[in-house]
Amino acid sequence: MASPDQPRLLMQGNEAVVAGAIAAGCRFFAGYPITPASEIAELMATRLPAHGGTFIQMEDEIASIAAAIGASLAGSKAMTATSGPGFSLMQENLGFACIAEAPLVVVNVMRGGPSTGLPTSPAQGDIMQARWGTHGDHPIIVLATSSVADCFTLTVQAFNFAEKYRVPVVLLSDEVVAHTREAVRLPASDQVEVVDRVRPSVPPEWYIPYEDNSRGVPAMAAFGDGYRHHVTGLVHDQRGFPTQRPEEIDAFLRRLFRKITNGFYEIHMLRAFMMEDAEIGIIACGSVARSARRAVVMARQQGIAAGLVQLITLFPFPRQPLVAACSDCRAVLVPEMNMGQLSREVRRVLPDAIAIHKHNRIDGQLITPDELVKKLISI
Amino acid sequence: MPSQSMAELRRRYLRHDKKFPHVWCPGCGNGIVLGALLRGIDRLALNKDDIVLVSGIGCSGRMPTYTDFNTLHTTHGRALAFATGVKLARPELHVLVVMGDGDATAIGGNHFIHAARRNLDLTAIIINNQIYGMTGGQTSPTTPYGSNATTAPLGHIEHAFSIAELAVTAGASFVARGTVYHATMLDRLISRAIGHVGFSVVEVMSNCHVQFGRRNGLGNAVQMLQWFKEHAIPLQPHDAKGTAEGAARMETALPPDSLDDRFTIGVLAERDKPNYIKEYDKIRHKADDKRPADAQDDRS
Ligand SMILES: Cc1ncc(C[n+]2csc(CCOP(=O)(O)OP(=O)(O)O)c2C)c(N)n1
Ligand code: SF4
Repeated sequence: MASPDQPRLLMQGNEAVVAGAIAAGCRFFAGYPITPASEIAELMATRLPAHGGTFIQMEDEIASIAAAIGASLAGSKAMTATSGPGFSLMQENLGFACIAEAPLVVVNVMRGGPSTGLPTSPAQGDIMQARWGTHGDHPIIVLATSSVADCFTLTVQAFNFAEKYRVPVVLLSDEVVAHTREAVRLPASDQVEVVDRVRPSVPPEWYIPYEDNSRGVPAMAAFGDGYRHHVTGLVHDQRGFPTQRPEEIDAFLRRLFRKITNGFYEIHMLRAFMMEDAEIGIIACGSVARSARRAVVMARQQGIAAGLVQLITLFPFPRQPLVAACSDCRAVLVPEMNMGQLSREVRRVLPDAIAIHKHNRIDGQLITPDELVKKLISI
Repeated sequence: MPSQSMAELRRRYLRHDKKFPHVWCPGCGNGIVLGALLRGIDRLALNKDDIVLVSGIGCSGRMPTYTDFNTLHTTHGRALAFATGVKLARPELHVLVVMGDGDATAIGGNHFIHAARRNLDLTAIIINNQIYGMTGGQTSPTTPYGSNATTAPLGHIEHAFSIAELAVTAGASFVARGTVYHATMLDRLISRAIGHVGFSVVEVMSNCHVQFGRRNGLGNAVQMLQWFKEHAIPLQPHDAKGTAEGAARMETALPPDSLDDRFTIGVLAERDKPNYIKEYDKIRHKADDKRPADAQDDRS
């Protein structure tokens, strides 16, 4: 989305998330204040009304995500944003969005944890929570942003995936990305590709709300559009009513997975940097990927053939693309601001021939390019 | 043309052609509340497409499944929060929320008081059977002091919330209490609540003879209805607007917090208060005025 004609604007990551959401058509935001995500709510409160949208500050994060799902079911593109403690509170209803197939974007600006943890420090401790935090086996899409420009682009992308696949999308940011000011040129609003959910084209009496199709994504009617239907968190049949029949349960839950698997090659996104001849690949996401990129350049100056694979889509985990990108490496380095959540996934998918090195920092400080170069030298 | 015959109401408003059986015990008060809700809706001659019936989890929570509206069966305690989003996204819809006493005042208690305070135009119908029905007779926040429950086998030592009074204090702009015995009155309370602009609450004292009555010597469904008849103090004629009189009688409002206690029924509060949807429209206008012409792209 390079936009040379557009003015250069200086903005924070959180601000770019808001700009992206509005550009993607988000017209409903419900949230509860928490550092380092509060600016998203504050800016939504300022900007949504002028766009005919609605902002509401709810009594907690449980209510925030619930209201966002309600708005989504009533036809709005909806979002909420939070950080660790609030993300924990959202988990039950995140599962509701999965089973009800309500398009929804949840931004989690990660801070140090567990519990109240380190409210003003960056961390990456919620990667696995984003994937597995809500109970029950379920598919979900998780994206990770690393720059202000990405905050815009990936928020748009998160809405597009949510709408296209009828699934909640978690956008992971972190304290550094959220509060760093960078100059960006954002695309003009008519240059932003926006996807809207498919609405039913049949007359209401023919509408089967959860009917399977080749994509595995049923057309979605909004409440009030004349397609009276039932939405429940219970496992349901194609009509949306609770079922106990094993064949219906199985077909329904497998469809939820299939629709994401079907879309895998569109959903997975990674950025390979100097990987063509890399002997050591760094695999990173979020603000760590920024340091890693710099470290690659510095290492190359010292004669080390390093490269970077920046994961944008964390889940579904980009198994084949990652294996392909690293196939010629003798080793990979996985730096993270946690004790090793990405590295476990990397270990799961890479062939044994590639040595996997970890680099973990949990002191609330960013991983620096210098320490990564040192680590690369030692490998 | 509205019709009040039960057969006609059933035909018109229930999903009779769908395949599920209903889960309620024979004689459960939930059925009476459903009947009152349908009569209340029918009296107002609302279009089914414009109604969203939202519930939480519990026996009461199954109600939307059976009705031919836009229906939403959410998570335990969160119905009002989901409903808030639905209403804000589509303000022209009538959003009705049915909850159990545990649903609305234990796990969902925070959402309940804040919905009342906020005064968004939702109608909350709380079926107060003084127990957790669905999970097997555990205590709820309205279980009376001294009664027996599966989690209070030796007697309950906590004190009950009085839901309607809680709603009044929290700022709900229409609050009523009825019972499943006083069915005609309940119809009217529900249709008045739906017609009210702002957050409205109808607490319905209802029988769970299976999990509560049986365990507390209150007998079967019929005996429990008799109990409601004997313990309810009507605040005013059900169709009177007289909230001043109601207010004067409020002193007699006894929270049902012991098995012998009596409680008031009727309209406990009805007041004009700026409602959220109208207020938010004003915010939108202010925002339009403040918006510079060149801010179309909105990202500064
Ligand atoms: C988060 C969560 N906790 C607990 C439950 C289990 N649960 C289901 S219904 C219920 C209580 C039901 O009581 P009430 O709300 O009074 O409704 P009733 O069944 O009496 O109509 C509970 C605790 C749940 N579904 N979700
Ligand atoms: S358990 Fe109680 S509340 Fe539930 S259906 Fe039976 S009688 Fe009604």
